[in-house]
Amino acid sequence: MRMTGSQAILEALHREKVTTLFGIPGGVVIPLFDALYGDKKLDLVVTKHEQGAIHAADGYARSSGKPGVCIVTSGPGATNIVTGLATAYMDSIPVVAITGQVPTAIIGNDAFQEADTTGITRPVTKHNFIVKEPAELPLVLKKAFYIATTGRPGPVVVDVPKDILTAQIDFVYPEKVSIPGYNITVHGHTRQIKRVMDAIKAAKRPLIYAGGGVITSEASSELKKFVKKTGIPVTLTLMGLGAYPATQPEFLGMLGMHGTKTANYAVDRSDLLIAIGSRFDDRVTGKLEMFAPHAKFIHVDIDPASIGKNVVIDIPIVGDARHILEEMNAHAEKLDIDDWLAEIKRWKEEHPLTYKDDDVLRPQHVIKRLYEITDGNAIITTEVGQNQMWTAQFYKFDYPRKLITSGGLGTMGYGLPAAIGAQLANPEATVIDIAGDGSIQMNIQEMATIAQCMLPIKIVILNNGYLGMVRQWQEYFFNRRYSATCLKRDKRCPDICCEPGPNCPKYVPDFVKLAEAYGAVGIRIEKKADVDGALREAIELNKPVLMDFLVNPEENVTPMVPAGAPINKMISSKEDAEAFLLA
Amino acid sequence: MKKEYTLAVIVENKSGVLAHIAGLFSGRGFNISELSVGETENPEYSRITIVVKGDDKILDQVKKQLNKFIDVVKVTDLSSVPSVHREIILIKVKAPSSKRQEVFQIAEVFKGKVVDLSHDTLTLEVTGIAEKIEALISILTPYGILEMARTGRVSISRGTGKKGGTFNG
Repeated sequence: MRMTGSQAILEALHREKVTTLFGIPGGVVIPLFDALYGDKKLDLVVTKHEQGAIHAADGYARSSGKPGVCIVTSGPGATNIVTGLATAYMDSIPVVAITGQVPTAIIGNDAFQEADTTGITRPVTKHNFIVKEPAELPLVLKKAFYIATTGRPGPVVVDVPKDILTAQIDFVYPEKVSIPGYNITVHGHTRQIKRVMDAIKAAKRPLIYAGGGVITSEASSELKKFVKKTGIPVTLTLMGLGAYPATQPEFLGMLGMHGTKTANYAVDRSDLLIAIGSRFDDRVTGKLEMFAPHAKFIHVDIDPASIGKNVVIDIPIVGDARHILEEMNAHAEKLDIDDWLAEIKRWKEEHPLTYKDDDVLRPQHVIKRLYEITDGNAIITTEVGQNQMWTAQFYKFDYPRKLITSGGLGTMGYGLPAAIGAQLANPEATVIDIAGDGSIQMNIQEMATIAQCMLPIKIVILNNGYLGMVRQWQEYFFNRRYSATCLKRDKRCPDICCEPGPNCPKYVPDFVKLAEAYGAVGIRIEKKADVDGALREAIELNKPVLMDFLVNPEENVTPMVPAGAPINKMISSKEDAEAFLLA
Repeated sequence: MKKEYTLAVIVENKSGVLAHIAGLFSGRGFNISELSVGETENPEYSRITIVVKGDDKILDQVKKQLNKFIDVVKVTDLSSVPSVHREIILIKVKAPSSKRQEVFQIAEVFKGKVVDLSHDTLTLEVTGIAEKIEALISILTPYGILEMARTGRVSISRGTGKKGGTFNG
């Protein structure tokens, strides 16, 4: 069929069953947006910043499993999505970003709104393309979706010059593509699987360490079957939360820098660590040389480059987590590990996650009540820092694709636009963005998008007046020198100040007034007794609601494995931190 | 322990691929000491020969990360199989008439060719393994090396060897 490049792009999106797109028009992509005008099959969401568009596409993908799609213009439009591409890249999220480009004849000439998009995005994408011949366009799009969504997923950029959009092409969309340099191993090697099962049978203190790969692979039910069959305890990474139900007894909590003491002690004492869809990231391992010193390592991962990258693996299996767990389940039996389970039970009893339960309004309490009032069924997006860690600790995720958070890159400003994507992918769900007062401001402009799309998203701001996580590090390791972390500070404040008090400037902006300016309901909560009422009111309202919780300013996320420490050396207070520094 | 490895990387012959590979090395802190690239017998594919300095663990990651690239079709570690390595050097030395005969003789010893001659300079072209090129540079240094251009290593595996010994040419 003969059509323009713009029409070809839309036809390709239809073939890929894309229903929602995020983006902002600009000079070189006007032809594409013209073709989109009135398209009944594609719902276009125009955000207020391209960063909002790319994070929304990402949140859409994480909460649905389908690829997120974003369309932006050349030059600054493309450079504005770099952070979002890097965010998706670090967490292996399928996103296809179509970026406009100046006409082919003037590429490389420092043209208006020109940027070397493929050069700039190469290190933060799984792959990228620039279309120089109109006839290539359909095949490039087919390849882009194939690459983004298969194997270890990742963001793919397709850079399309303006003249390609207006050129005439013959649209042919292949059923399948094969790319000589791209081969995915799905099934694990039978001999390796046998070695794994033998090692498991022989283990006295086995532990499963599962991550985001289990969710990508849609392997949660196979994982649950495996755990129930064998009785092996499970710890999850931040990206893996929800892959195994948090309310089940075998779950030890998240591991790593802000994980539970139980999970970290279990890793430290384990004799067989079964890593499935996780990557031995530094937030998890702490001091690498002392990570799981008594354990043999099994590593199941679809990406061979991930295996053996940080630690030496005893039994590697390259393949898809779900397929491999299916094979393992065929041979799985209950293990005799009662002593190990008793030891773990003692840790759980002695070291639960705690916070002071008094009249002070503490952020952990807000999250705990949010969890209870929503029955653990909401889709939660987070920003980054303390808000993110408390969410991981106190909101118990029983299902995958409910926690939508920037783990690998740790992008502040991610949560609000991601909530837009998540709500559009799940129209019936309650979607809540948990934010800090710092991070909510990084993409606050997307509140207008929420209003215009009429999305009943709830925003919980844990307002402590600080860049909380950095302030915590400054309290523990830099003698409370709160450099650049007080967010209330203005020109009248003294150079040195670490005492929040009644003389502090009023918080700018007034979040409640700001919410109202954006057509949302704004609620401020200053007393612990008002928490429940505010949360219930917000959830019942079929409108966007912003809640400004004025929480205890110097609350800390504990336990904490200090950077570079082994994971069994967790601290829970300033005194612990001092002792750690002196040691 | 720092070792040297030679990798032959077959890639799709498209613009940006070389930049992508160079970016991998710089982004992950791998150490490229030499790189040469050219078309293969199939014009859709190019061959990049890379010399990497590091240890076995680094080599393992380099191979795996290269294999991840969509445009990389094959990665072969030529340091682990019998291979032929060569590079070419064009080297311009000071050669006033009093010294010219000596430099001609050195060229003959190294089986090189004189490709340029002027009043007081002489340019040699020599092909060989890295050690031979290093030796040439060392011998010519006292004469005064004005300029030199090295291609970097190209390498190819020897014939399968199933049919017997290999020819050491």
